[in-house]
Amino acid sequence: MSPPIRFEMRRRTFLVGTASAVVAANIPWRANAQPTSLAGPERSTFTLVVNGEPRELAVDNRTTLLDALREHLQLTGTKKGCDHGQCGACTVNVNGERINSCLSLAVMHQGDEVTTIEGLGTPQQLDPMQQAFFDHDGFQCGYCTPGQICSAKAVLEEIRDNVPSHVTQDLTARIEATDEEIRERMSGNICRCGAYANILEAIHQAAGEPT
Amino acid sequence: MDFNQPADQNLFDRATVVGKPHARIDGLLKVTGTAPYAYERHDVVAGQLYGYPVGSAIAKGRIVAIDADAARSAPGVRGVVTTLDIEPLGIWNYNVARLFGGDVVEHYQQAIAVVVAETFEQARAAAALIETTYERDAIDVDLEAGWQRMQGTGEPSTQVGDVDAAFDSAAVTLDQMYHTPSQTHAMMEPHASIVDWSDGGQMTVWTSSQMIEWNRQALATTFGIEPDRIRVESPYIGGGFGGKLWLRADAVLAAIGSRALGAPVRLALPRPFMINNTTHRSATIQRIRLAAGADGKLTAIDHEAASHTLPGGRGENATAQTPYFYAAPNRRVIHHLVEMHLPEASDMRAPGEASGLMALEIAMDEMAEKLEMDPVEFRILNDTQVNPSDPSIPFSERHFVECLREGADRFGWADRNTTPGGRREGMWWIGHGMAGAYRGHLNLKSGARATLSNGRVIIETDMTDIGTGSYTILAQTAAETMGLPMGRVEVRLGNSAWPVSSGSGGQFGAASSTAGVYAACVALREQIAERLGVSDPEFSDGNVVAGDNVTPLSAITEELSAEDSINFGGFQTEDYLMATFGAHFVEVAVHVATGETRVRRMLAVCDSGRILNPITARSQVIGGMVMGTGGALSEELAVDLEHGFFANHDLAGYEVAVHADIPHQEVVFLDTVDGVATPLKAKGVGELGVCGVAAAIANAAYNATGVRVRDYPVTLDRMIDQLPAV
Ligand code: FES
Ligand code: FES
Repeated sequence: MSPPIRFEMRRRTFLVGTASAVVAANIPWRANAQPTSLAGPERSTFTLVVNGEPRELAVDNRTTLLDALREHLQLTGTKKGCDHGQCGACTVNVNGERINSCLSLAVMHQGDEVTTIEGLGTPQQLDPMQQAFFDHDGFQCGYCTPGQICSAKAVLEEIRDNVPSHVTQDLTARIEATDEEIRERMSGNICRCGAYANILEAIHQAAGEPT
Repeated sequence: MDFNQPADQNLFDRATVVGKPHARIDGLLKVTGTAPYAYERHDVVAGQLYGYPVGSAIAKGRIVAIDADAARSAPGVRGVVTTLDIEPLGIWNYNVARLFGGDVVEHYQQAIAVVVAETFEQARAAAALIETTYERDAIDVDLEAGWQRMQGTGEPSTQVGDVDAAFDSAAVTLDQMYHTPSQTHAMMEPHASIVDWSDGGQMTVWTSSQMIEWNRQALATTFGIEPDRIRVESPYIGGGFGGKLWLRADAVLAAIGSRALGAPVRLALPRPFMINNTTHRSATIQRIRLAAGADGKLTAIDHEAASHTLPGGRGENATAQTPYFYAAPNRRVIHHLVEMHLPEASDMRAPGEASGLMALEIAMDEMAEKLEMDPVEFRILNDTQVNPSDPSIPFSERHFVECLREGADRFGWADRNTTPGGRREGMWWIGHGMAGAYRGHLNLKSGARATLSNGRVIIETDMTDIGTGSYTILAQTAAETMGLPMGRVEVRLGNSAWPVSSGSGGQFGAASSTAGVYAACVALREQIAERLGVSDPEFSDGNVVAGDNVTPLSAITEELSAEDSINFGGFQTEDYLMATFGAHFVEVAVHVATGETRVRRMLAVCDSGRILNPITARSQVIGGMVMGTGGALSEELAVDLEHGFFANHDLAGYEVAVHADIPHQEVVFLDTVDGVATPLKAKGVGELGVCGVAAAIANAAYNATGVRVRDYPVTLDRMIDQLPAV
């Protein structure tokens, strides 16, 4: 494949085009003799069930679930904050559990049910958790927000299922959605805008408990 | 519109929309994940390739050679451009280090190559194949040594009275050293851009920037092209905090990649690369000396500080507030810039005051204790209504004393234990602390276009919303001015095709850009009046009312459009000092055995002019309090002294506050307006929230334990060996 623009090989003069004419810039171009498509084992074809819909994907095995969603399915509601499992912005629900989608390769999820923020609601029809975030201004820049919302929904499920956390005091009693339990369980979702206090109120609203 | 004298009574004093709580108009998009951020613009141009950056592995020196052969022939790679391949690119006004081009390395992780491939995975893998040979120069990254060299030298920036004489004769004095570490913005959306410069003609940039026009100008300077060949779009920004004020390597590398490959290129800075590649808030070393009479009145303030910067940069001026905050007849203020070979120090939320108040407000606490005074009363006693460094200049509005009194009242300050280490609950020492907050207010010229179309008003401006609520407050301003409900106003932001605004930074955005939208709406009103042949009509309830003549705006079928800017006159800075004020009150618990500090309760009282929307303003302040909590207890960029870089360059190593760190927060806005500031009588609030918070926490930790920590963050290792016996 030949490159769309050839560059003069003159080193260290970076000429730029004018509005009327394209002038060659000297960024050296090396025609690439390698095949541009990947062969066999480096690539996989599989199906994810995303927001209830089977989606066939053929991607590089190194593709994370996060990038499969954002880049290949163009479901960009799920965010990339760190790509290293450190921020929670990429939280989605897989087969009923929340995970950091940046820490999981897409190819590991053949047949899995993935729910993203797009699967929860739309601007015209919000999920109760989305509505609660909206009502309590549980965000500012909005970048951590889909992850917070996906996490928050799972947190309430985990509490309902009596799954203990680091701050659970009594393992024999029914776990309540207290401030402390919610804060602890949400702590993998960083909000640098600092909307935590509002997010807590929102989660209480969605939990149907007095705020 | 020229703003050449303080605003009189005007429509905003009778406002029905401005100043009222209104949910964010961009909120539905944000809670559904449908607001498109920079890296998500798959739709804007076809055939986008993936760029991946490579950074320098040394802090200073020269690149001798870069071997990119393996990368160039790696699968899917369409091209590699190294910094040796091109001339050094231009450097715009507020950038310090060169973003790309040439063989000189000025800091660790400075961009030295960009790999462009068909997929992200291919680009990333190929980037790892690039081999670079360096010639490494000696580095100096020791701020303490710089301080030792520079202490006591140089010309003070403020010098009033005779400081030395005041200290000699003072009844009570304080002389202490304080340290604040370097901090990083850590906004959740990494710097990212998609650039289409395929044909070398028009350059289109979809990016994440607080300042559209600065970004465009910086691109023009960097590439030596005319600004009118560049269009920049940034409608949604995943946080900035000062880190996205400037053009950064994401856009530059994507532009180079696009130019080289003749295709649009998308590039996001990988998180572990960001902290050393982009800017940060410099560490500071501060010496504060206070002198007072036995009556508690300060007689002298002497503040000397140092911060680091690359040669030619601005550092972090921790003395920013000291000329103005407290009264005292004698004063000396000096800030030393120590040139060091760390990445570029630059602005982060409340640059200057954030670090300065971390120290000054501990010093005030210590001084109150020496004077055996209540720290609230001590601050009240030393209030000033004029610039203490130039008493002929009054503050436009200053209600710091009311902040202190209101806060003390609401917090129950009077009931606290005043003996350090005197209150224990189970395994925790309980303490209370407070601090004052000061942040200067500044306006920038700001423009907008207002268009009447089918009974609706559309606002277009290059203003940005970085989470601050710009969309909403600009809609409120237009609704108020045009007499329309919010539902009939549309706001379009973040596009260089639209009039140049103040942008978002330095807490100037809200006040400046709402004034700009007001100016545009007034111009539109004039056009409408002219069109209808009426003079001085009222705009209310969707109608244009001139005497008995009532015309619904929706009856005007022709599209009318007006553009204007607000120009702020010199009187604001010549005749007045404009600033915002606050008081923070905090309760902490310090673990009796480990020294771990937990914040249990926070209250802020703010005096920052008219609050345009109490919901979004409150969010700004609580967000500042969260960042201040991180600054107090955990945030610290650790410097590798040998190699000259920040070692904890990701979100695992750099610890910001998380849910579990933040208690209930209360925010009170005093009902103040400032007619000197803008026609809406508004000032900034977004940076005020972070100012003073950390010191309030440090003071509370002292009250809890009797351990005075003057070096941030207040981590357990700084407490544990001095904790009271249990
Ligand atoms: S992007 Fe996955 S945890 Fe940050
Ligand atoms: S809303 Fe900006 S990071 Fe959470």
